[in-house]
Amino acid sequence: MESVFGRYRNLIVLVGVLFAQILGLAVQVRRARDKDSEPTRLIRVWAVGAVTPLEKALSWVQTSSGGIWHNYFYLRGVRAENRELKQQIEQLRLQQARMIQDADQAHRLQALLGFKEQFIAQTTAAQVIGGSGSDLSRVIYLDKGYRDGVRTDMAVITEAGIVGKVLRADRATGHVAQVLLIDDQTSGVGSILEKSRLQGILRGTSSGTIELEKVMSDETVPVGEQVLTSGGDGIFPKGLTIGTVTKVSMGSDLFLNIRVRPAADLSRLEEVLIVTKVDEKQTEPDQGTPVRAADILAQRLPGVPAKPETAAARQGAATKNLTNQKPNSAATPKGTKPNLPSGPDTPNAQSTTPKSPSPPPTQIGGGAVQGSPAAGRANSGAAKVSATSAQSGTANPQPAVEKKNAPGTATGTGEGSGASAAKPPVPKPPAGSPASTGRATPGATDKAPKPVVSKPGNPDAATSKSQPATQDTPQ
Amino acid sequence: MAITYTSGEQVEVYRFSVPATIFIPLAAIFLQAWLPLRFHFFTIFDLPLLVTIGFATARRNPLAGLFTGGLIGILQDALTHQPIGLYGIAKTVVGFGASSLGIKLDVENAGARFLLTILFYVVHEIVYFFIARVLVSLQMAWSWPHEIFSGVANATLGLLIYALLDRVKQRI
Repeated sequence: MESVFGRYRNLIVLVGVLFAQILGLAVQVRRARDKDSEPTRLIRVWAVGAVTPLEKALSWVQTSSGGIWHNYFYLRGVRAENRELKQQIEQLRLQQARMIQDADQAHRLQALLGFKEQFIAQTTAAQVIGGSGSDLSRVIYLDKGYRDGVRTDMAVITEAGIVGKVLRADRATGHVAQVLLIDDQTSGVGSILEKSRLQGILRGTSSGTIELEKVMSDETVPVGEQVLTSGGDGIFPKGLTIGTVTKVSMGSDLFLNIRVRPAADLSRLEEVLIVTKVDEKQTEPDQGTPVRAADILAQRLPGVPAKPETAAARQGAATKNLTNQKPNSAATPKGTKPNLPSGPDTPNAQSTTPKSPSPPPTQIGGGAVQGSPAAGRANSGAAKVSATSAQSGTANPQPAVEKKNAPGTATGTGEGSGASAAKPPVPKPPAGSPASTGRATPGATDKAPKPVVSKPGNPDAATSKSQPATQDTPQ
Repeated sequence: MAITYTSGEQVEVYRFSVPATIFIPLAAIFLQAWLPLRFHFFTIFDLPLLVTIGFATARRNPLAGLFTGGLIGILQDALTHQPIGLYGIAKTVVGFGASSLGIKLDVENAGARFLLTILFYVVHEIVYFFIARVLVSLQMAWSWPHEIFSGVANATLGLLIYALLDRVKQRI
């Protein structure tokens, strides 16, 4: 026996070591399937602790030397560039003026409809200091971790688009966080196509590309369409840019294969933003323009009391009057379409079952303003987070429930857009009052016309854990 | 250029100092994690594998080879989000194979090293592919042209790495 061991010692040790590793692997796989979150293994802590200080140091040296070069030496063409930038600023100011009006209008409409929005309330800027070094594990390491307020499952974004989610951030690794990129094959992001509003799940592949799954093959998806986050995964706020559709082909199992090019360059990441706090609050008009569409409508329309007792009553009165009137096209700003067009997106609640363009599989928090130009702009704008601002308050309009409004509501929004251009001075109700929030109190509901609960064919909307399942639409 | 068959007595066995044994693999793992972020093409290289082969062929001790490969692989696994052991098993096999072959063959010349690196790169990828598919159920695609190309690229870089390792190895 001893001679056998001596003769085949190397082979026996090899088999023993391999067996031990396979056993360990099997245990890890089983645990990973049983539990949602496995504790960080000591070997990972050691490896990260050994490698990341070097990476941090090297990143610092690279950034510093790059900064010195770019800020002090390489200043060729700065004058010409400055001139061009000034011209761009002038053009952008004009664009901004138009977009501010649109955004104000969208806010007023959402307030009118009692929607809730998700705001990226707080972000933390972090630097990418390392990766896994493996094509099959697309993770990166950031120089901010648990002790900097970073937690598992936080969204990681850049100004261009989303990057991934925090996979590990715990006390053991301290100031380092591991981020799973969206092109890893184990990642999944709830996604929605910007124009067609088709929803799917974005997954990475082993080759490093990302694909949108679960879109039925009978749908039409044009190449070049923008893909946004749907908010359905509970990690990424709704409306952040993911990328652009680059290829559409027929796949198996009645689904399309949609290849997406990420907006953020995932192979050249240097600085990212970690979304450390997402606020959710009732939409209110901007502080600078304390005028609500309902107030404007109440003033402009005869027969509607100027100061109704409750918000519900006011909204009810406004929408009731609006059903008998056409939108004031003269009051609508040029080039601004009235929101909530009466079409597939906003079917008549009193008519037969609305024909939805596509049944969203994982919709959470879709809104009546979906598909409207203002909503599209507002959603896109949500991803425009400045990488330089660590504390950002970028608005990310997040309607609570996909509502199919009554015709009065739809018409009212068109009127509201016109009213927004006029902006007559209307005193703002006191903050916190039902009128100021635009939400009906129980007492108010008694006095107001009985509201009609409009729940369109969006079963998942009611599953939203952070948003109200239903919204009352006074009629 | 040819691989020379050598008797056990003629084979020279080398050792590495403790600092070299610790810091060279760590440096390889660090560079493997850092360089692809700056130079994306670097993902086709596997520096820890080259270091494993370099150590194993110089030491010519199968036990040392398999333990060195196993440890380097496990450390490499620790930086990924996959279960620990995928690279560990693959590099254990490579470490054992390279050191066993180092006993039988003279792998001091560049040609032999080049061919051996291609061979062990492909072996490494096959073992990794098999374990990832069978044990961990990862979706992976196998492409012979890609593997051969990567093998040649790694073998070319390996010649440089082995030359550097030759400078720090000590004859026993």
